[in-house]
Amino acid sequence: MGQRLGVVSEADAGETRVAATPATVRQLVNLGYEVMVEAGAGARASFPDDAYAEAGAKIGSHDDCWQSDIVVKVNAPSPTEIAELRDGATLIGLLSPALRPELVDALAARPVTALAMDAVPRISRAQSMDVLSSMANIAGYRAVVEAAHAFGRFFAGQVTAAGKVPPAKVLVAGAGVAGLAAIGAAKSLGAIVRSTDPRPEVAEQVRSLGGEFLAVTVEQEVSSDGYAKATSADYDRRAAEIYAEQAADVDIVITTALIPGRPAPRLLTEEHVASMKPGSVVVDMAAAQGGNVAGTKAGEVVVTENGVTIIGYTDLPGRLPAQASQLYGTNLVNLLKLVTPGKDGQFTLDFDDVVQRNMTVVRNGEKLWPPPPVQVSAAPTAAPVAQVAAPVKKPVSTGRVYTLVGAAAAALFLITAFAPNQLIGNFTVFSLAVVIGYYVVGKVHHALHTPLMSVTNAISGIIVVGALLQIGQGDAVVTGLSFVAVLLASVNILGGFAVTRRMLSMFSKG
Amino acid sequence: MSAVTAAQAAYIVAALLFVLSLAGLSKHETSRNGVAYGIAGMAIALVATVGLASRTISAMGVALLAVALIVGGGVGIWRARVVEMTGMPELIAVMHSFVGLAAVLVGWNGYVEHNDMTGALLRIHHGEVFIGVFIGAVTFTGSIVAYLKLSARIKSAPLMLPGRNLLNLGALVAFAVLTVVFVVRPNVWLLAAVTVLALALGWHLVASIGGGDMPVVVSMLNSYSGWAAAASGFLLNNNLLIVTGALVGSSGAYLSYIMCQAMNRSFLSVIAGGFGVEAATGGDEDLGEHRETNAEEVAELLRNASSVVITPGYGMAVAQAQYPIAELTRILRAHGVEVRFGIHPVAGRLPGHMNVLLAEAHVPYDIVLEMDEINDDLADTSVVLVIGANDTVNPAAADPGSPIAGMPVLRVWEAANVVVFKRSMATGYAGVQNPLFFRENTQMLFGDAKQRVDDILRALAPSVGSQREPADAVPAGVR
Repeated sequence: MGQRLGVVSEADAGETRVAATPATVRQLVNLGYEVMVEAGAGARASFPDDAYAEAGAKIGSHDDCWQSDIVVKVNAPSPTEIAELRDGATLIGLLSPALRPELVDALAARPVTALAMDAVPRISRAQSMDVLSSMANIAGYRAVVEAAHAFGRFFAGQVTAAGKVPPAKVLVAGAGVAGLAAIGAAKSLGAIVRSTDPRPEVAEQVRSLGGEFLAVTVEQEVSSDGYAKATSADYDRRAAEIYAEQAADVDIVITTALIPGRPAPRLLTEEHVASMKPGSVVVDMAAAQGGNVAGTKAGEVVVTENGVTIIGYTDLPGRLPAQASQLYGTNLVNLLKLVTPGKDGQFTLDFDDVVQRNMTVVRNGEKLWPPPPVQVSAAPTAAPVAQVAAPVKKPVSTGRVYTLVGAAAAALFLITAFAPNQLIGNFTVFSLAVVIGYYVVGKVHHALHTPLMSVTNAISGIIVVGALLQIGQGDAVVTGLSFVAVLLASVNILGGFAVTRRMLSMFSKG
Repeated sequence: MSAVTAAQAAYIVAALLFVLSLAGLSKHETSRNGVAYGIAGMAIALVATVGLASRTISAMGVALLAVALIVGGGVGIWRARVVEMTGMPELIAVMHSFVGLAAVLVGWNGYVEHNDMTGALLRIHHGEVFIGVFIGAVTFTGSIVAYLKLSARIKSAPLMLPGRNLLNLGALVAFAVLTVVFVVRPNVWLLAAVTVLALALGWHLVASIGGGDMPVVVSMLNSYSGWAAAASGFLLNNNLLIVTGALVGSSGAYLSYIMCQAMNRSFLSVIAGGFGVEAATGGDEDLGEHRETNAEEVAELLRNASSVVITPGYGMAVAQAQYPIAELTRILRAHGVEVRFGIHPVAGRLPGHMNVLLAEAHVPYDIVLEMDEINDDLADTSVVLVIGANDTVNPAAADPGSPIAGMPVLRVWEAANVVVFKRSMATGYAGVQNPLFFRENTQMLFGDAKQRVDDILRALAPSVGSQREPADAVPAGVR
């Protein structure tokens, strides 16, 4: 018989989610666990006890569930709850170990093991357990729904018998997981969606969801010489300009900018909010970390003097309890699959696995937080709603560019000015041809680089012209050398063209 | 209209045709027209020049001319027909050396025969001779070394002479000094000295560049051969040569620039060489265990995949694996699997090398994408097959401490599964260990790429290869 896995009720009055749904209970049972759900645990997420029982779980009392081998829940346990765990038990939940050292110490004071669902390393293999992403996704969707609820008009534009309705304009600040979810939701309601993000590479993702990406274009020319400038200040100034323009224009603003371990950056100032149209709605998804918007109150809805509604809910995922529970439960099942290799209901931690090591905060009363850094970071996905502070490239100052161009022009001028007439003509032709060559070749498709090289090779055989003019014009030495030159150059000309034709004939479209 | 003005007119037409030729090559649809324009331009230029020369040419000269054109052209066409597509880089390198040598010869002729120039014109003429010979000779030996390295006749590892940068710089300074002396006091020995100096410089320049940088070197030599032709144009006061040389020169330089950008390295550092050394850091670091797989498992993986991306590298060219890969592509596509190719700009030994090889094996060019086009799709890809590529798919490029830091790479590790075809666990040209091989979602398939792909085809055959036995592409018993 497998170990007993207890799904307990959330003590926090505001928490609507539950750590397992009937669907995930079935999967847990299949992993060999004996699942016991506390009576009424799923009630606030609309999962009645009967449904759990049908899925194969036992319904137990509060005490029975807390006495299980493994206890799964959503939020961190209270001190009394920690005391209720039996010796040797395992607790899994959102523990935020980095932010709550006192909780980690309290857990370590008991001979228990604790795994933090929000300490999943950000590597691709662990994405199926990444609660932060799945909750951010829900929150992004819900933010749009909240905004739509508070907004007094349609999102989609319509032409009706009663007149024309313009579409709502939505600005989503930050295109992380939450931001992208918000973009998708707002777009599917029919709004015009715009988005900003300091990472230019997300532009494509924004566009793929139908949003318009507002790039913060700071001078970002390629540089290799270390001309560092305060790009960050430049960036902030330009970004503020964009927010100022947009705040006056859009109807809905959804901000998602978070920097891990730091207060949320301020994106919209009081002036920005004041410039918004009456009836506009702002959803500040960073309210819990201090807010991106001036005037946000965490957990509350504020209406400003000019009639702008600022929504600062911090429980957006919990406002979709069934969905949030389902995704959380699935993340949990994926974790349990990982730690139950035998599918025999035996919870086995393997510390050679970086995912398990990273998530384990306490093992048998031994404090293991913080974990060693993950060796090879995949680095493709940034934190769900992270804002990256400064662009990476250092710009070349335009002054330097002008200096270089000026110097080149002056050099050419001097050379030509002192050259005899004949050379001036040659120089003119030469410089123009260099420019033409650059522009003509600049557009060449990457696949045709090899044919391009063999053609240029063939036409550089034009040097034969020089040899042709020298051959057989009297001097024997000259004729001999020219003979060799003509021979070599003609290999080039005919060979180059022939091989290019051969290559091009191979390229075929599928 | 005199013969001279007619020739000048023909030259203008030829020069424009060359521009059209390069422009035509920018797209697949117009590329064949591009070659036709190039041939037309060359024919016009040759006819005009022969016409111009025929006024004073001796009978002996005519005979020699005909012999040279026929023999040279014959050799060229013969080589063009028989060359293997994998041998393309060598052919192009050797052809560059011809242009270089021809430029040297034309330069020497220019010295011997300077008609009746005097004063400033004569001095300029001598300067032009000198510069033309110098560029030509550098191109000549540089291309020879590139050819030898590409055809593996000499080691491709960079030659590391002590103070190599000083040697290069010294050669340039010596060249400048000699030029001044020669202009003031022309002397055949000085010309010989500069020829030898340039030959040595060309040799050393390319010898000190590692094999991994060959795409840059080849296009750089292409550029040099253009400048050599342009220098001859100045020498002979021939605008066609100047225009053509400048076109080729700037196009080669631009291609080199693209290649350097693809490696995130400055042009100078490539030219100065010495990148291919074993990096001190990252060599011994313990990156964990790699996992090995076999052809049957890969076949299973491919059968269940919805999208497959193949990222080939030089290893594909070496193993001649493009044909079985094309066959694999065909079979998978026939069964509704989306197959695409991701080509890194510096994959292979020549710009666009991989595209030519895949085209040779009849892979449709519209599924062969470049790095920037495919990189964002890799995260949604079921399986990536890395065939004989290493540095171009190295996640260490994101690590600031790595020798290849900042080099744009194909982010294959974002895909659900990665299969790496490789001979052994050795490092790539950059000498950097590849953490990709130790990723959780990576599996290694060791051995000759061609044989392994054949094995996969055979393993796929019972379930999906219904139209045709893929095994008959390979003699039985190759396994």
